[in-house]
Amino acid sequence: MKTIGIPRGLFFYYYYPLWRTFFEKLGVQVVVSAPTNRRIVDQGLLTAVNEACLPVKVYYGHVLDLCHRGVDYIFAPRLVSVEYRGYICPKFMGIPDMLRAQIPDLPPLIDIKVDLSRDERQLERDVFELGKLFGSDRYKVKAAWAAGQQELEEFRRIAAVGFPLNQAVTIWERAGEAPMASGDKTRLNPGGENIRTGGEASEATPRSSDLTIGVLGHGYSLCDAMVSMGLVRKLQELGARVVTAEMLKTDEVEAYASTLPKRMFWTLGKKNIGSALWMDEEPAVDGIIYLACFGCGPDSLVGEIIARRVVNTPFMMMIVDEHTGEAGVVTRLEAFYDMVARRKNAV
Amino acid sequence: MKVTFPHMGRAWIAIKSLFEGLNLEVVVPPPCSRRTLELGVRHSPEFACLPLKINVGNFIEGLKAGADTIVTAGGWGPCRFGYYAQVQRDILTDLGYQFDLIVLEAPDSRLSELANQVRALGVNISYAGMLRAIYRAWEKLKAVDELEESLRYCLPRVTRPAEAEKVLHEGLQAIEAAVTAREIRQALKMGRSRLEGLPYNREPVARIGLVGEIYTLLEPSSNCEIERKLGYLGAEVHRAVSMPQWINDHLLGGILRVDSSQEALECASPYLNDWVGGHGRETVGYSVKYGREGFDGVIQIGPLTCMPEIVAQAVLGQVSQKEGIPVMTMYFDEQTGEAGVMTRLEAFLDMVQRRKQFAAAR
Repeated sequence: MKTIGIPRGLFFYYYYPLWRTFFEKLGVQVVVSAPTNRRIVDQGLLTAVNEACLPVKVYYGHVLDLCHRGVDYIFAPRLVSVEYRGYICPKFMGIPDMLRAQIPDLPPLIDIKVDLSRDERQLERDVFELGKLFGSDRYKVKAAWAAGQQELEEFRRIAAVGFPLNQAVTIWERAGEAPMASGDKTRLNPGGENIRTGGEASEATPRSSDLTIGVLGHGYSLCDAMVSMGLVRKLQELGARVVTAEMLKTDEVEAYASTLPKRMFWTLGKKNIGSALWMDEEPAVDGIIYLACFGCGPDSLVGEIIARRVVNTPFMMMIVDEHTGEAGVVTRLEAFYDMVARRKNAV
Repeated sequence: MKVTFPHMGRAWIAIKSLFEGLNLEVVVPPPCSRRTLELGVRHSPEFACLPLKINVGNFIEGLKAGADTIVTAGGWGPCRFGYYAQVQRDILTDLGYQFDLIVLEAPDSRLSELANQVRALGVNISYAGMLRAIYRAWEKLKAVDELEESLRYCLPRVTRPAEAEKVLHEGLQAIEAAVTAREIRQALKMGRSRLEGLPYNREPVARIGLVGEIYTLLEPSSNCEIERKLGYLGAEVHRAVSMPQWINDHLLGGILRVDSSQEALECASPYLNDWVGGHGRETVGYSVKYGREGFDGVIQIGPLTCMPEIVAQAVLGQVSQKEGIPVMTMYFDEQTGEAGVMTRLEAFLDMVQRRKQFAAAR
């Protein structure tokens, strides 16, 4: 059986269930790189250009990790756009070329182009081409794709219940190993179904507190504990309920994002701005933290727009890179947390 | 309505002419200076790229000089430039300025739409009048570009480069003052022949291709005057993109007979196989093209954290190896120091020259 490696980075946390299901249905064995560790980060830093952002460097590390595992192919799609008239980031559009130019002896890359900015035809064509590569006919490819989409929906439902994407990935995987009724999945976590109704926070809640902190940023930074320095977990340990963009209703987020004078053409930027504006008007949210990576192009403007438009809720922008020290992150988080708590008690 | 706009190299000559042709009162912002940069840096987001900051500086200085309307360009991603105007509006509004902001959106719109946008800008202007204004601006843009190109040829060759720069300056003044297309062409011809008439005594030490992000390429204050520095150091510089070419490729769909980037884009494959926003693909394509044309080196420039240029930078190492051409990347921001740039340029030119000597000896 052929093996295909999926790097645990960038859009992994948004689309992994789709990719994994799709490839497995085509009869390909999926290998995922190890969770980000020091070695993966270091290897990425050594290989990528200095000016790239940390998540891209980490992605290089994951690709190298897969190279060492001797997979037959590596799945590194060219992500131009995942929605109508929206883009992600130029680096996502060039990543297969960047990898090929900088990593010698790379196994063949599967770099299908995902460009939904106009229509889905391009993607459909590429997906069928991909199926052919693994000896599947159109019918089989179609079925595999549909199964993937279904799993993706399932995964998004899990995230919407109140789990950050990385936890949602774990839950989805576990659910796949031991099938259970979908009702059980919600019981599995005492997750805050909806913060407006004041549902309980997630599993790790050592100190009781009624603070709710909105955490924004790109999923691939927030979910990667090495990139985000475990931001979400640290907040939960401090006793905060954490709300992320995935837990909000998509149409509400869209509605808030559309109040901007110009349509925001970055998919993640739109999501974050919409979420920030929603959180700003939501009394249950006591503070908002935006995690950005140093050198992130879209965030340099998105962060500014949010900072100027969030007026009711304390807002903190945290910028991390490979030099960020954990102690500094903890200090800033604690200070923010205390400040928000005092503000709440004073009101 | 008093209109101001951001600087981008010497494009102001054409832009001023265009707006005046549309019966608008124009406030050309003061030339980009240390002060412009300081104003921009103080009020812009720290991690925004340099062009946004210099633009903000231009706007503030333009508004202080009496303008009440800002005209700028936009786009639809994925490059940050597409969202500049929105952020800049927020910044200036929060600073308390009162102004109208008009954004001419370039790439998504068709030619006729753009023409309508321009016409809507004008005051009491007929369609023919608008076309005349556009035509004159276009002629000026081309003339300025061609005169600059002549200077790039002269600078490493003439005995006294400072004199050549003076001639260029006077030539630009003549182009600016010209009213008819004939006068514009005459001013250009005059400037050129004066440049050619200067005493020559040197041969360029190297031919260098300058590639990268368009604003950084065109605006000397954003690149520590790299073109000028290279010229003084004796290098003949070829700049990958120019304003007329950009307008032809992006606004007019390449219908005019001016230099097009099409050929260079085709060279980008197999190194970079897709469009990556901004000028990433042009950067790679031109580097390959310069390599194949036997240039001595390529310098890539862009603002720090420029996303498309980072993609290009990542593949340029491979281009350098396979096409056999030295490539250096330099990023600029408000921290860039003059001396550091100079040192790197000198070192690069030394290296390129030695490489040439070795190749000749072999």
